[in-house]
Amino acid sequence: MNAVRFLLLIAVQVLVFNKLNFFGFINPMVYILFLYWYPIKENRTAFISISFLLGFIIDIFSDTMALHAASSVTIAYLRPAIMRFVFGVNFEFQSFKLSNTTLVQQITFLALLIITHHLLFFTLEIFSFSNLLIILKKVVFTGAATLVVCLLLRTLFSVKKE
Amino acid sequence: MQQIINFIVRYKTTLLYLFFMILAISFTVQSRSYHRSMVFNSANYITGSIYEKSSNISNYFNLSSENQKLLEENKRLRKALANHPGIDTILQDTSQLKYTITTAQIIKNSYAYPNNYITLNKGSKQGLKQDMGVISPEGVLGIVEHTTANFASVQSILNSKSTINAKIKNTSYFGSLTWDGKNYNVVQLEDIPRLVNLNIGDTIVTGAMSSIFPEDIPIGTIQKFDLNESKSFYSIDVALFNDMTNLRNVYVILNTDGPEIRELESKIKNEQ
Repeated sequence: MNAVRFLLLIAVQVLVFNKLNFFGFINPMVYILFLYWYPIKENRTAFISISFLLGFIIDIFSDTMALHAASSVTIAYLRPAIMRFVFGVNFEFQSFKLSNTTLVQQITFLALLIITHHLLFFTLEIFSFSNLLIILKKVVFTGAATLVVCLLLRTLFSVKKE
Repeated sequence: MQQIINFIVRYKTTLLYLFFMILAISFTVQSRSYHRSMVFNSANYITGSIYEKSSNISNYFNLSSENQKLLEENKRLRKALANHPGIDTILQDTSQLKYTITTAQIIKNSYAYPNNYITLNKGSKQGLKQDMGVISPEGVLGIVEHTTANFASVQSILNSKSTINAKIKNTSYFGSLTWDGKNYNVVQLEDIPRLVNLNIGDTIVTGAMSSIFPEDIPIGTIQKFDLNESKSFYSIDVALFNDMTNLRNVYVILNTDGPEIRELESKIKNEQ
């Protein structure tokens, strides 16, 4: 399941969303969904390695050096902290499931992942704080677009089948 | 010893994260310097083939506009040829030519990042090499940075590392063309001295100082100009002729004297 998701998200990111260029600069980064959906109880070492690989493959496709790799490995590392912030301590229990939480919590979780990722991505990309305004502009607009597209995809491919 | 192992086991995720982060940042930083080209880019076998397949499909959607563009260019060249009746024989010995031209097609293009790269469907097998110039029917596109057997990665003019020699048409005032990363239709021309008379709408073409491009290839027109901080040079905004968002067929130019010129220039630089 994770392997299929991995490949599909790379394909969709590279062949569709990297070519969108809304208003000339907005390319939603939907592969963040992989880190959102990844099982919570899995081994963290494997998770961080896979996230690096995911980012790095997308980097090779989009000629962005290792920007995606750096940002996606960072949110993979920070994910437990973000989850603790959003869901409280109960995410550490065995019975915890993402689908049992409220919609607001899920959206907050996703939004925090996206904001952290984009802040790091665009800061590294532009690499100078004299362009702080451009960085913020890109974070806000691309982040909003990513959030909307990710929420749509999340609803479309929701695990619950009823 | 036991304590060191304990430490590593305890902080293994943090250490792993730091390792990956340092790896990623070192890739990023080292490809930012001008002379090192990117180690990992989309001009490799796997990504190249995938992009080629995908662009083979998406091509069909703008065939007619692409045809129109090529037809316009043919018209322009025909007109130039018809008005120069002297040129009726073409030099047969190709080793005598100063410039040789190969055609190629773009299979991947981007313009949303500060450092944009274009991938072409031809590589070293078809004779493409580093430092060849790439132009479209309408104007300058970039410089070949890296080739593999079947694909080439081109540093677009929309790249903060790119500097191309350019001048104002019909004069000899030259400067260097850079990009500030803000607007994909506008590039910047620096180092034009303030004594030059500029007008909005003046045409900018490639300069004679370049060992990569032939002289007088169109780039764009002056959109706005201002004196820079030191008040002795202009900084000029140039609106590109190329629509960087919609490109397909390109020409790759080899200056056969290029390597010799660059060798000479690097020799002078070393002696200084």
